[in-house]
Amino acid sequence: MIISCPHCGLRDSSEFYFRGEAPTPRPDYEEGNVAFADHVYGRINPAGPQKEHWYHAAGCRSWLLVERDTRTHDFLSVTLASEQGR
Amino acid sequence: MERQRYSLFTLARHALTGHRGWKPAWRDAAPKERYDVIVIGGGGHGLATAYYLARNFGITNVAVIEKGWIGGGNAGRNTTIVRSNYLLPGNIPFYEHSLKLWEGLEQDLNYNAMVSQRGILNLCHSDEQRDAFERRGNAMRLQGVDADLLDPAEVRRMAPFLDFDNARFPIFGGLLQKRAGTARHDGVVWGFARGASDRGVDIIQNCEVTGFVRDAGGRVTGVETSRGKILTGKVGMAVAGNTSRVASFADLRLPIESHVLQAFVSEGLKPVIPGVITFGAGHFYISQSDKGGLVFGGDLDGYNSYAQRGNLSIVEDVCEEAMAIMPMVGRARVLRSWGGIMDMTLDGSPIIDRTPVPGLYLNGGWCYGGFKATPASGWCFAHLLARDEPHPVAASYRLDRFASGQLIDEKGAGAQANLQ
Ligand SMILES: Cc1cc2nc3c(=O)[nH]c(=O)nc-3n(C[C@H](O)[C@H](O)[C@H](O)COP(=O)(O)OP(=O)(O)OC[C@H]3O[C@@H](n4cnc5c(N)ncnc54)[C@H](O)[C@@H]3O)c2cc1C
Ligand SMILES: [Zn+2]
Repeated sequence: MIISCPHCGLRDSSEFYFRGEAPTPRPDYEEGNVAFADHVYGRINPAGPQKEHWYHAAGCRSWLLVERDTRTHDFLSVTLASEQGR
Repeated sequence: MERQRYSLFTLARHALTGHRGWKPAWRDAAPKERYDVIVIGGGGHGLATAYYLARNFGITNVAVIEKGWIGGGNAGRNTTIVRSNYLLPGNIPFYEHSLKLWEGLEQDLNYNAMVSQRGILNLCHSDEQRDAFERRGNAMRLQGVDADLLDPAEVRRMAPFLDFDNARFPIFGGLLQKRAGTARHDGVVWGFARGASDRGVDIIQNCEVTGFVRDAGGRVTGVETSRGKILTGKVGMAVAGNTSRVASFADLRLPIESHVLQAFVSEGLKPVIPGVITFGAGHFYISQSDKGGLVFGGDLDGYNSYAQRGNLSIVEDVCEEAMAIMPMVGRARVLRSWGGIMDMTLDGSPIIDRTPVPGLYLNGGWCYGGFKATPASGWCFAHLLARDEPHPVAASYRLDRFASGQLIDEKGAGAQANLQ
């Protein structure tokens, strides 16, 4: 897989670290265990486009928010996570 | 369909008539309107579940619904290692129950599943790792499972071809489970299919489940499929890599990610590798099939995938690991590689439980170790479906353990599916 990093251009995916599906926002403390368990462990795990975090470890060391199709491994968009606020 | 028993006598009889008299081993059924239990997924687990529902509980009005051909999923893609060398109390009794079932499976099914207890040897490459193996071996022995800690000389007697003095990964010894080994994946699928079919279970192929039928109270009362609606009292899911996808039809969000795992086979060679050998400084395992091919694999590709194929960086990684412990394999040519989709849970252990949706039961999260679990998974899931309570050896595999904190985290890797 080739990932197009906004800073570094086209790079081999082996330069990147995969963090996983972009999580839901952190719940409020009051919402309790079940809400936190869902935040930490619950996954949509879609067969299709998925929003996920990658880290360009062997490059610019930026966190990226990526949309990728899990059925084809096609990268649909790659943006800087910092510019998306997460 | 007339039940046929296989024996040396029937083999000889059919040999005399040119093997023209064999009947199909199981019945390819069309869906009926209604069943007592529907099992989704015709892999090893789904078929074993149906078999034990009939054998252990006399529940025979059962359908196994498979979207493709039985055994075309992970059951037909795995590297066939069976073992029970686990560390944690929640896991050991379950996997040991499974290994015991493997030991008597062929007699029970009257089918050759080619179960071969050729042993598994986990190599260690540092003092710390040897200590960890000693702990694991002791945990196994405390639960009545066989385990032997070998020193380098004993390992050398078993596998003289290993690179003992590798500069980075010298071999400090190994943990051996002699009763572990391999089985024939297709044989297992067909054996369970035949046993279930003989007892009246309908095996329905090319029938994809696309949704659930629910009553006003939310209870699941049937499945929508590509071949129409089928009604039932209970639905058991055993769809491995597609667990999240099927669960989403009932709006369930599970602690599961789907990841791709690759495997490889070399050209056929004369017998060279005794049993299964694993490399402890990375993740690599190898055995030799009865046909002579070296069967090996390593880590997940590491990103979510439903594509059933992996990337080249893992091919390189796996081959480098092979060269680090047994440089002799560098001369063999790789014949084929393929991928399967793993249902990775976030603690690395499976789930056999009810779901919050009445009438819907879950068997999944087998990660890359579900082949060895096939008989016990079917045994325990059948128990859950028949009795509505967990089987004692699978009682820890609860869905709510992620909220209650009672995780079964063999690796201690945390909520990161690609590290389990
Ligand atoms: C490369 C590789 C190596 C492995 N090595 C080992 C090993 O050495 N030892 C070990 O113990 N385990 C191993 N595993 C893991 C093991 O193969 C799996 O955990 C196990 O096979 C999963 O259970 P199953 O056989 O029921 O799955 P599957 O055979 O995948 O069965 C699930 C079935 O559900 C069907 N299905 C899915 N969605 C639907 C739907 N909507 N409607 C109808 N049917 C549906 C699928 O078509 C499939 O046939 C390995 C896996 C892979 C991919
Ligand atoms: Zn970059």
